[in-house]
Amino acid sequence: MTPSRVELLPYGDRAVLVELGSTAEAVAYAAALRARDAGAVGEIVPAARTVLAVASDGFAVSDLRQVLADVSPEPDASGRDDSPLVEVPVTYDGEDLADVADLTGLTVAEVVAAHTGQTWRVAFGGFAPGFGYLLGEDERLHVPRRAESRTRVPAGAVGLAGEYSGIYPRASPGGWQLIGRTDATLWDLDRDPAALLSPGVRVRFVDVAS
Amino acid sequence: MTRALRVHATGPLALVQDLGRRGLSGVGVGRSGAADRGALRQLNRALANPDDAAAVEVTFGGLDVEVLDEGLWCCVTGAPGAVRVDGRDVGSHAVFFAEPGSRLVLDRPSAGLRSYLGVRGGVAADEVLGSRASDVLSGLGPAPLAAGDVLPVGTPGKRFPEVDSVTAPDLTGEVVLRAVRGPRDGWVEDVDALVASTWSVTERSNRVGMRLGGQTLHPARDQQLPSEGAWRGAVQVPPSGEPVLFLADHPVTGGYPVVAVVVDADVDRAAQLRPGDPVRFRWVEAP
Repeated sequence: MTPSRVELLPYGDRAVLVELGSTAEAVAYAAALRARDAGAVGEIVPAARTVLAVASDGFAVSDLRQVLADVSPEPDASGRDDSPLVEVPVTYDGEDLADVADLTGLTVAEVVAAHTGQTWRVAFGGFAPGFGYLLGEDERLHVPRRAESRTRVPAGAVGLAGEYSGIYPRASPGGWQLIGRTDATLWDLDRDPAALLSPGVRVRFVDVAS
Repeated sequence: MTRALRVHATGPLALVQDLGRRGLSGVGVGRSGAADRGALRQLNRALANPDDAAAVEVTFGGLDVEVLDEGLWCCVTGAPGAVRVDGRDVGSHAVFFAEPGSRLVLDRPSAGLRSYLGVRGGVAADEVLGSRASDVLSGLGPAPLAAGDVLPVGTPGKRFPEVDSVTAPDLTGEVVLRAVRGPRDGWVEDVDALVASTWSVTERSNRVGMRLGGQTLHPARDQQLPSEGAWRGAVQVPPSGEPVLFLADHPVTGGYPVVAVVVDADVDRAAQLRPGDPVRFRWVEAP
């Protein structure tokens, strides 16, 4: 995948923020950067449209810029179908389910069918240990975040925001539209990897009521 | 013979810290580690420890620990203040030997916020994901210290401390943090307002971030910014307009614009500011 845009934005004297055209491009760029295995690159934080690259201790940000200038993303390696597939059982009784139906023009049953009927993929992590931003295959469930964040969203809550779905690994504040809940253990330090939904993993949601 | 410290009192907050977790941002685990990394490194050099050995980060004094049955070489760096060994002040930034059974008490610092108590051999609390850092945001790492805890101390290397004191930082006077314009400087109406005024550190500051009050920066756009990676030193502006300067336990991604990034070397100084302290910013060119 040749990115539609790659822009290097300043981020202080230790990091550079690379802006790309889409989440898929950001994921591919992060994978290509990781594959370079260059000593100058310390931390790589992919996100929705960007990849934050932080210089390793002992390297200057100019060393990092040189590496970034050379990165050419390969065709999306995370898109291979042999990536692990995780099934996540969900009880669809979230507080925002009716609002999501209104926002999308679907019925509640159609929202559930759309959520369970596509394969999602963990694009990137962040927000909390074990939280994965899941990208789906169709756009029907794209909804904005709630206007007001909740001060407490329970662990296991399944939500939607923008083009993503996600599951709260533990109780925390949050502004996603909640459509259901799961008992799956998303983060377990005694498991390797600790995150159930690490980047690249494919996810199918299963309606426990059916 | 047990090499350990028994905790009798902690003050407002005492945490085990090293230089933090690396390479785990992809699964949502931030770096964490000492809020004032320079103070931790100075401590470990003074005690002939590896740079990343763990120590106790003491917020605003009040730590009281007992040396159990093997004597320990110790030092306190960071915020300066009285360090009493069985009642006698040995001072901070001094390397001293604490006899078995002795009591070490850190008074409230005379300036600054965070002091570091180190021991030769390092604090040997359990590692989580390769680090002993206590991350108050994610809850990873050793729990905050509490009275009754026994902190194991690691086996020291062959080297011994070669100095009996190190230079104490000057944490008095007006603080001006150098900053580079951030990737989203256009998301507030006038980013130069950041450097034009004096800000005040609010009570709602912690290891995650330092919240600044006194005035506000006005958002220039109504849109939501997609989530993007964050790093220590980033100055993020939420819709309230009160900037947040990210410290050691900041989240790995955020949804608010980063309008400035404080130069790495100045973030340690920021971590020594107390609530109520004034702070200013000065633009510098991106390197």
